[in-house]
Amino acid sequence: MSLQGNDNRGIRELGAEKKVGWDEVTQGVALNSFVGESENSAFLKAEERNYNDFNSYTATVASWRIIKPVYNRDICIDCQNCWIWCPDTSIISRDKQMLGIDYDHCKGCGVCVEVCPTNPKSLLMFSEAKDNNEALAGWPVKEKKVKN
Amino acid sequence: MAITSVKNLKEFSTNNDRFEGAHLLCPGCAHSMIVRELMNCTDDNLVISSNTGCLEVSTAVYPYTSWDTSWIHIGFENAATAVTGAEAMYKARKRKGTLKDPDAPVKFVAFGGDGSTYDIGFQWLSGAMERGHDFTYICLDNENYANTGGQRSSATPIGATTSTAQAGTHSYGKKEKKKDIVSIMAAHGSPYVAQLAPNKWKSMAKGFQKALETEGPCFINTVSACTTEWKFDPKDTIHVTDLATDSLMFPIYEIIEGHELNILYRPKNIISVEDYLGAQGRYKHLFKPQNRHVIEQIQKDIDDNWARLQRREEARI
Repeated sequence: MSLQGNDNRGIRELGAEKKVGWDEVTQGVALNSFVGESENSAFLKAEERNYNDFNSYTATVASWRIIKPVYNRDICIDCQNCWIWCPDTSIISRDKQMLGIDYDHCKGCGVCVEVCPTNPKSLLMFSEAKDNNEALAGWPVKEKKVKN
Repeated sequence: MAITSVKNLKEFSTNNDRFEGAHLLCPGCAHSMIVRELMNCTDDNLVISSNTGCLEVSTAVYPYTSWDTSWIHIGFENAATAVTGAEAMYKARKRKGTLKDPDAPVKFVAFGGDGSTYDIGFQWLSGAMERGHDFTYICLDNENYANTGGQRSSATPIGATTSTAQAGTHSYGKKEKKKDIVSIMAAHGSPYVAQLAPNKWKSMAKGFQKALETEGPCFINTVSACTTEWKFDPKDTIHVTDLATDSLMFPIYEIIEGHELNILYRPKNIISVEDYLGAQGRYKHLFKPQNRHVIEQIQKDIDDNWARLQRREEARI
């Protein structure tokens, strides 16, 4: 990865003849999250943003995972519990609908499965090696309430 | 201020996350749940500063940053100082008319772990509170120095085993009680102080919004369950936090202007603290017969504290 604009950072000021004012100081180590302007990031969805290479969105932690969550659209009620409690911003949710899991950023902690309220759960953990379609085919059926 | 709706979770989920994935926090860490929620509860520009701690080292690993907003880190102790400096500069430039976009709403937020809030950064935080800058300080309280291997901090509760206060044949872990940081901050005359938990997302989002809206220095202590040092399974983060709030180990309340205390969550069934302690590996030794008295002590402290909070809520003092 190239470090853009690095050549005029820092060092040059040390040799500068005139004193540099606060406004002229170039930043020491500054990583720009976006290419160009970034002020309205709150109003842009992830796919509309112009991410810089420095943004960790462009990186992946998929190799941390040994188990992965698999999402079953047929059972999901879009309660968004998994979205709010996902520590890794890995639940893709657009317009109040759950779309799926971002496997680039998911670490496989399993919090989403624990907070899923449906019966059977619409998210379940499977081995990383298992194929998603195979997992969906063998999805458990609804558990009947056991009367005591 | 452009606050976002927290009426229900579906509406809240339409916010665009500004805290990106692929940070290096442990799987199941509650820190990022809290940070994500703060950044989702407002559309304003944010200037964020972090103390050294898990959050700082994991979200700014060169050459990556996980923050889509302005973010600065300086030292272990001075997130409060850094962000109040930025706030003072912002106000000065606004007065001089040298800002590019003077009408854009900006909020100033500092994050600190419990080590940097209760211990190392306490003087800096206290000073920033006293100077009355308009900022919000959020403490991510996981009750130990988790970043450096789980040493005791003054937020560690009595009876917990840590790497520097270990339980063994002669010790039951840490012997001192936890500092009551919320009362200390309320005593600074802060306009809004609260203790919140990520499992009660609505009260947490509302508390964050109230703190951001309130002019002046606000302090929020949030419970951040630590899978690594509390020793529970990563998937159980929300479950353990549930136990913490339902056993009243972490009561959820706010204090407005130092005297108006409101309890924000009253559990329907108050559970015994044994359920909370039993869910974590760091309290395992307390269930031995010779340590049972510590559990009784913890339960008594919790009951006393809950009674005190309720009396304060009624008396408005």
